Amino acid sequence: MMQNFHFLFAAWIAVWAVFFLYQMSIASRAARLREEVEQLKQQIREG
Amino acid sequence: MKARILITMLTAAVVFFAGYAALFIAPDERTMHEIQRIFYFHLGCWTAMFTALTIAFVANIGWLVEHKPHWDWLSVSSVEVGVVCCTGGLITGILWGKPAWGIWWTWDARLTTCFVLWLLYISYLILRGLIEEPGRRATLSSVFGIFAFLDAPLVYVSNRLWRTQHPAPVLFGGPNSGLDPIMVKVLMISMAAMVAVMVIVLAERYRLERLRHEVDELRMVCQARAALSGDPAPSPASRN
Repeated sequence: MMQNFHFLFAAWIAVWAVFFLYQMSIASRAARLREEVEQLKQQIREG
Repeated sequence: MKARILITMLTAAVVFFAGYAALFIAPDERTMHEIQRIFYFHLGCWTAMFTALTIAFVANIGWLVEHKPHWDWLSVSSVEVGVVCCTGGLITGILWGKPAWGIWWTWDARLTTCFVLWLLYISYLILRGLIEEPGRRATLSSVFGIFAFLDAPLVYVSNRLWRTQHPAPVLFGGPNSGLDPIMVKVLMISMAAMVAVMVIVLAERYRLERLRHEVDELRMVCQARAALSGDPAPSPASRN
């Protein structure tokens, strides 16, 4: 009855892993861009 | 910010309940037993993907009609999120195919049209990376995005038009199709949960695109100042 449980578990993990990794990639790209915004603003302020 | 936290917490609750309902409330299917429960995540991924790609399609038309940057930001964001959902749908399909059919993959009508859809939108993202000028990039990718979306309805009708390996539709599939009423309710909750997750991720991705636009604008200011003073100018913001 539970012989295919590992496939069900793998599918559940896979779906959330895909979303989690993507969310992590967005967060890291956003952090990089925020840092760049700050640097550019400072560059503009300093003239 | 408070609203964002509230929406995220609400979505997390729906996702948790959907997972619980799929695993413990939905009745066991007669032939496939517990492996059939992949169905709830699998169809959830496809529903979220179709929603994201429909948003991208509307945004592509929006850009071609109005040429306002927010349409382009929405388009690239929803395509990227749609590709993520499509990847989830393909992986869950592969993991369901092996125990149900005895094979990981087959080139049947539904699977092939899905795979082509995934490739088309990956190409859309690659195409965007190849064009530097923002206006030209948005126009060309919008035209390509509209073309790519033509495959989406084909994916939907593929298992109605051609009876191959993939099962016939269980929803809106004709007189011999249908689901147990509890399965339908669990399926609706699962689909709502995946769409809600997709919308939250899409909002995050859209904010990222807006931030990238801000960087590009600041870089232009720096470049203009550098040109006036004769200093080396900063390079354009990376699109990765």
